[in-house]
Amino acid sequence: MDAFLNQVFAGLATGGIYASVALALVMIYQTTHLVNFAQGEIAMFSTYLAWTLIDAGMPYWIAFFLTVGIAFVLGALIERIIVRPVEQAPVLSVVVVFIGLLVIFNSLAGWMFTYTIKVFPSPFPKEPVHVGTHFFSSHELGAVGVTLVLLALLYAFFRFTPLGLAMRAVAQNAESSRLVGIRVGRMLALGWGLAAAIGAVAGMMVAPTVYLDPNMMSGILLYAFAAALVGGIDSPGGAVLGGFLVGVLENLLGAYVIGNELKLSFALVLIIVVLLVRPSGLFGKIHVTRV
Amino acid sequence: MKPGSKPVALTPPASAWSRQPRMLIPAALLLASCALPFVMNNYHTFQLTLVLVYAIALLGLNILTGYNGQISLGHGAFYAIGAYVAAILMDKFGVPYWLTVPVAGVVCLAAGFLFGLPALRLEGVYLALATFALGVSMPQLLKSRHLESWTGGVQGIVIAKPDPPFGLPLNQDQWLYFFTLAVAVAMFVLGWNLLRGRVGRSLIAIRDQPIAAEAMGVHNALYKSLAFGVSAMYTGVAGALGAIAVQFVAPDSFTIFLSITLLVGIVIGGLASISGAVYGAIFIQFVPNIADQISKAAPWAIYGVFLIGFMYLMPAGVAGAIRLAWARIRRMAADTRQDSG
Amino acid sequence: MAALLEVSQLHAAYGSTQVLHGIDFSLQAGSITALLGANGAGKTTTLRALCGMVRTSGEIRFGGARIGGYATEDIVRLGIAHVPDGRGTFANLSTEENLRLGAYVRKDRRAIEQDFERIYTYFPRLKERRHQQAGTLSGGEQQMLAVSRALMLRPQLLLLDEPSFGLAPLIVHEIFDIMRAINQSDEVSILLVEQNATMALNLADHAYLIETGRVVLSGSADEIKQNDAVRRSYLGY
Repeated sequence: MDAFLNQVFAGLATGGIYASVALALVMIYQTTHLVNFAQGEIAMFSTYLAWTLIDAGMPYWIAFFLTVGIAFVLGALIERIIVRPVEQAPVLSVVVVFIGLLVIFNSLAGWMFTYTIKVFPSPFPKEPVHVGTHFFSSHELGAVGVTLVLLALLYAFFRFTPLGLAMRAVAQNAESSRLVGIRVGRMLALGWGLAAAIGAVAGMMVAPTVYLDPNMMSGILLYAFAAALVGGIDSPGGAVLGGFLVGVLENLLGAYVIGNELKLSFALVLIIVVLLVRPSGLFGKIHVTRV
Repeated sequence: MKPGSKPVALTPPASAWSRQPRMLIPAALLLASCALPFVMNNYHTFQLTLVLVYAIALLGLNILTGYNGQISLGHGAFYAIGAYVAAILMDKFGVPYWLTVPVAGVVCLAAGFLFGLPALRLEGVYLALATFALGVSMPQLLKSRHLESWTGGVQGIVIAKPDPPFGLPLNQDQWLYFFTLAVAVAMFVLGWNLLRGRVGRSLIAIRDQPIAAEAMGVHNALYKSLAFGVSAMYTGVAGALGAIAVQFVAPDSFTIFLSITLLVGIVIGGLASISGAVYGAIFIQFVPNIADQISKAAPWAIYGVFLIGFMYLMPAGVAGAIRLAWARIRRMAADTRQDSG
Repeated sequence: MAALLEVSQLHAAYGSTQVLHGIDFSLQAGSITALLGANGAGKTTTLRALCGMVRTSGEIRFGGARIGGYATEDIVRLGIAHVPDGRGTFANLSTEENLRLGAYVRKDRRAIEQDFERIYTYFPRLKERRHQQAGTLSGGEQQMLAVSRALMLRPQLLLLDEPSFGLAPLIVHEIFDIMRAINQSDEVSILLVEQNATMALNLADHAYLIETGRVVLSGSADEIKQNDAVRRSYLGY
């Protein structure tokens, strides 16, 4: 029972990471109807920046927030400079641009920081936390906590601030947004910036566990993508729930069912079975098209 | 995501005479291709063989994604199936190499059709994920212990290189090139016939206006599943040919990266275009080498720059850019004719 | 008195299809002007051209300044509010959020809250449904919401595109009465595009008749109402 709970909790910890990245994917999808495949690599690159700062002696939390800021700017710049020119191009052409971004960031990271695995520090104590008779890794607890705080802040931003409202408006109806004076281009850049910042947080929370190397985020991106779809690609709440679900599922599959090599394929197959039953995801809107 | 949704200009059936100039270019290219192996060394001939292999695979993927609008991020899996069918038949059952190609095609036709059936329920991003899962799972399946006795596990299977038949005065690489060329020509002619006729129009109709298509009597479900099957068949044939050319199959040759490369190939080459398959094949075969020469340290970064650059300059792919250029030239010619006439 | 809005030789095209072939009209501050015409005449395109949503050539002057080529978001900041055909409500946001977005470019918070109250007095139904998702409102309520959202800008000029479309006459009367009231109390000028010529001419002071991208007739609402050709073709008697 103990082991099972630990697996579930570990699953929630990684699930929080997936939930954050899934949320970033959904944010960009809602505004642009595009899945940003480069999301993971940008997050990985940001994590390397953090590592460099910490390695140079900067205190953890200062490096953390500075990295989040830099990632935000990086995301906004990418939208303005690289994505904006192809906005009107066919969807798959934009997908190829994203693939291009993906390989560029991956390769740059390998070149600038080498492919040797690096240890990324955790800001949380090494001693596990006792709750009753159970042990929980402090980092896992901390990561879940950070993720929840992040999600709460985002929720508050979108629900209660004028800027958040404007971004939600742009996601629904860009033309009407223009008609009330919202600068749609700026909102898109802002959305990308936020998504990159979220990715950076996710990267820094996961790096202590999986160690830092240029391919760190590819598995995570895939799980996050699957989580976003299982939740419903147009539902931020669904993406978050999907993230936690997928995290727990992955851990339980790996521990009890199929072993670590095949758990990825297995998880994906399960998710697809869900999608076959509910093609718009668990919480997605069922699109009724009028002929 | 609805790929390739810009309407494709459907040219009306050409009369025999107007067809003539259009046939000249492919015929000339074919003649040139036959001459090539005699002016290049074996390695270059081998690379050209791979270009042909990719072209077949890309035409297959284009049938599904470009013409029919069903996105696939997992076609590497069908390539792998074709390759392994060929390898297993040759290695374990002593089947002659040329027979493995059609068998691989049939196996993949069935596999693709079977995959296409449940995929009917999925659209856009969701289909992308399902095919992505297929692409990711395949190498892991191939490595698994349960199938090791057939697949050779992580080490894979080595295949013997075929000799030219009838004592032809060609070396092995040249013979493989011509064999692959023959299959490629056959597949392209088959594809061209399919796509410019009723089947092609139905596929495009389903891509652009599925509800209207169904209302006009196009059996969407059947065509979409068939599109998957035929597309997988092409890619499977390519996989078999590729395995024979490379003489080796192993799980790590067929990672998700292959699927992504195929997708990149059809977009760069040009969606919903037969010639696009060839341009795309040339790109995915040679640009990584070029990128490697430009920068040994970060070759994939250069590759990424190429990808982005191509999409800026030619969002409709190479074939699309050529089409636009042609249209502009024809318009200029018509204008000058009007002025002088 | 210089006109609030002056349009001369306005041409507009969608891609290679020319839709407006040189529109000329002007609108006095404080007036209600109607653009009439059949389907496809170019009325909606004219409104979209005013908001920078279509590529145009020709001259558009608002308050004396040329605004041709400006981005939509900047034209809004000059005080032009556009209620598009189809209403353009944010279906997944609540009624109140829709209204709040109408005031997006304004900074005077207290006045914005006052405007909320005024809108709710004009349209009590919106107050009842203020937390409801806008997409679940009835057609008439969505039109009220769309107009209210535009009014939240405190615009100088209100552009209304086919406000009566798909609505019961009673609701249209209700909305038009409030338009008249706002026009008089707040001096909001209104440019109204309508296929329903009768209702439009009862509300407007001036009217222009557009056919295939050109103005073919102009005058006061009464003059237009009594014009024989208009009566036969557009008013039905």
